[in-house]
Amino acid sequence: MTAVSDPSQLSDLVAEATDTRVNLDFESEGMTLNMGPQHPATHGTLRIVAKLDGEQVISAEPICGYMHRGYEKIVEVRTYPQINALINRIDWLGSFANEVPFILAAEKLMGVEAPPRAQWIRTILFEMSRVANISLFLGDFGLQLGGMTAGFYAFRDREHVLNMIESATGGRFHPNFDRIGGLKDDLPKGWIADSHVAMDKLLAFCDEMEDLLVGNEIFQSRTRGIGVIPAEIALNYGLSGANLRASGVDWDLRRDGCPPGLVYDQADWKVWTHPDGDCFARTWVRLQETREAAKIVKQLLDTIPAGPVMAKVPRIIKVPEGEAYVATENPLGEMGYYIASKGDLVPFRVKIRSASFNNISIVPWVARGAYVPDLISILGSLYFILGDIDR
Amino acid sequence: MGLVESGRVPKPLSKLLNLSRKYSIWAYQWGLACCAIEMGAAFASPRYDVMRLGVIPFPASPRQADLVVIAGTVTDKLAPAVVRLYEQMPDPKYVISMGSCANCGGPYWDSYSVTKGVDQLIPVDVYVPGCPPRPEALLEGILLLQERIAHEDMAERWKGEPIVVN
Amino acid sequence: MRTWPSAGRVSQLSSTDTTTDSAAENEAVVETDVAREAVLAELTERLGAAVLGSHIRPGDDLWVRVDRSAWRDAAEAAKSMGFTFFDYVSAIDWLPSPFGRDMDAQEDLVVSGAEPKAPAPIVQGYAGGDTRFQVIARLYNIATATGIHFKADVPDDDLSLPTWTSVFAGANWHERETREMFGITFDGHPNLINMYLPTDFQGFPLRKDFPLLARRVRPWPGIVDVEPMPGVADSEEGEAE
Repeated sequence: MTAVSDPSQLSDLVAEATDTRVNLDFESEGMTLNMGPQHPATHGTLRIVAKLDGEQVISAEPICGYMHRGYEKIVEVRTYPQINALINRIDWLGSFANEVPFILAAEKLMGVEAPPRAQWIRTILFEMSRVANISLFLGDFGLQLGGMTAGFYAFRDREHVLNMIESATGGRFHPNFDRIGGLKDDLPKGWIADSHVAMDKLLAFCDEMEDLLVGNEIFQSRTRGIGVIPAEIALNYGLSGANLRASGVDWDLRRDGCPPGLVYDQADWKVWTHPDGDCFARTWVRLQETREAAKIVKQLLDTIPAGPVMAKVPRIIKVPEGEAYVATENPLGEMGYYIASKGDLVPFRVKIRSASFNNISIVPWVARGAYVPDLISILGSLYFILGDIDR
Repeated sequence: MGLVESGRVPKPLSKLLNLSRKYSIWAYQWGLACCAIEMGAAFASPRYDVMRLGVIPFPASPRQADLVVIAGTVTDKLAPAVVRLYEQMPDPKYVISMGSCANCGGPYWDSYSVTKGVDQLIPVDVYVPGCPPRPEALLEGILLLQERIAHEDMAERWKGEPIVVN
Repeated sequence: MRTWPSAGRVSQLSSTDTTTDSAAENEAVVETDVAREAVLAELTERLGAAVLGSHIRPGDDLWVRVDRSAWRDAAEAAKSMGFTFFDYVSAIDWLPSPFGRDMDAQEDLVVSGAEPKAPAPIVQGYAGGDTRFQVIARLYNIATATGIHFKADVPDDDLSLPTWTSVFAGANWHERETREMFGITFDGHPNLINMYLPTDFQGFPLRKDFPLLARRVRPWPGIVDVEPMPGVADSEEGEAE
């Protein structure tokens, strides 16, 4: 992989890509298409203002902020346990995954480490939220491309994972289960066997989706070769997660640079990449990721060590002075928290680096020259959660 | 139907009208945040299956809808869109406010950008508390709304107090 | 104490026998971080006197404070050194908050006639600093799994910085967000409009002197719950954990 470092070279590349896609010979009077704030295909309240030439998009500008809740400000007046309850709601499909990097960053500053059993359960729940998140993506993306059935199947099979998360944490959606120094509780009785069954069901769901959706001819013709993102551009925009791997960059924070506190090295799993960088590649990589996540869960379930789930931490949590950044590979991509602490009950400043914000910032680039129906494919395959963009 | 508009409907006729309205609620999904997924689970998943209650959850536009479920955080930037959507709905129309954020601001009670309660913008018939409420809670809210529709006097339509699901 | 992996390598952590050989790992804690020292040395060589300060947490992270005139050069230098993955751009307001959580209780004291709490001095974090506002950005090297945090001082009388958009296209939205939240402008940015807030919004929310008005009109009940839980006879102080 060669990186484009020279800015002029980069702008040439961008211009070249644009020229091949937008046919500038036939200029007509453009029109402006406003999608949203409420539109089924935008999966939330994202608004896209697209300038069209015929059916081709000349420029598309996402307008965010309809879901801006001011996280970075209100966490400055919340204690660490309160923040933990709040940040579940950033990426609401994979809630537990939001807690982990924050807790790890706080643990890093405090110098505590969770006991092995807590690390194992953390990793299992992390991967379960990945399954819950991406399984809905598969259904939802099918829904957006006109395949309603996929949506129903996804909602049906996702319940199996949510049941497991609920019986362990008490929350279907927002577990608030992670604590500085460990976990709130141990696993309930019989949970491990039930989880095995649930993961088997999800693996079957993945096979079903592969037949039903990814193998479908209509689906393929609507996604193959659409919205191609080269690796250099993806890195430039800070795309992460499956979006980056679909462009052929073999980088996964679970494997490369996994922060201490998660035990991905204890399971045998693969990082999948795809060389195409188009909408199909992104869907395919996510499908494989769901399978790998289910496999990781199944392996880790068998090797959970015995022991306590909570380390010794003070009851009133004060984080010592310092700064720390911890990022993990969340379902949507790299999610990191930069915590600047002044040794207080509340953090001094928390910068939330959410994956969707970077992932969706590439839309103006990638949508240029696409057709209007392809815009739906592009937006759907980039896969964003509004709360993760706007925070 | 001048009688309906003026509110002077003979009792048997009004009962019939109410019964038909009760079991053919077209619900517009106004999914905003986390609650949207739980609403999706209630409306679109085979496990909860809202259609058995006589609710059709897929109108193409708010102009076809009788009920709107405001599911999620309403921000100040979005507020004009919420009002506009409500105004587009034909009367009689009902609003379910789903989740703490739509009810009162919820965990973002001190945020600078969140509207503290959608009832500041539009009248709400049913509040469903929770963060997010379970799909069952939303179904309970819909049942309570149907009960209200069944005994509704059109002339009294706007005098009712909001329902709170416990 | 936990141990952190040494730099520049893919981390292999949290093995099953963490507890048994943690003592051995503790002895092996690297005080100097060769890989990050090398990155810092190369950056210093390229940027010269523009590197104003630095901080290395061995095996973990690197902070480099550069002069704001060299902000863009720093990005280019890092990019040519392999730090091609753009993470984020943001800012920190180091002013101790006059509306912070610990000040919530102060308000009642002031009402009852007590002296207001004296403002604490501004203390910058790692890699030092001279100004209230600091812009912070992070770049990442995928091949070596190392990241750099860049910081730059922005003086109060001229809150501006050269833009990174020509180096990293992804900086576009992040700089818009930083402008909106802190009022720091980026020279040369193509489209510096509001990202999140309505256009008529007043103020810069993430500045420490921006009050959360809801907290003013309705005071927070306190750091810990003072009301006993229902059904509990004697109030156990502190949060149930």
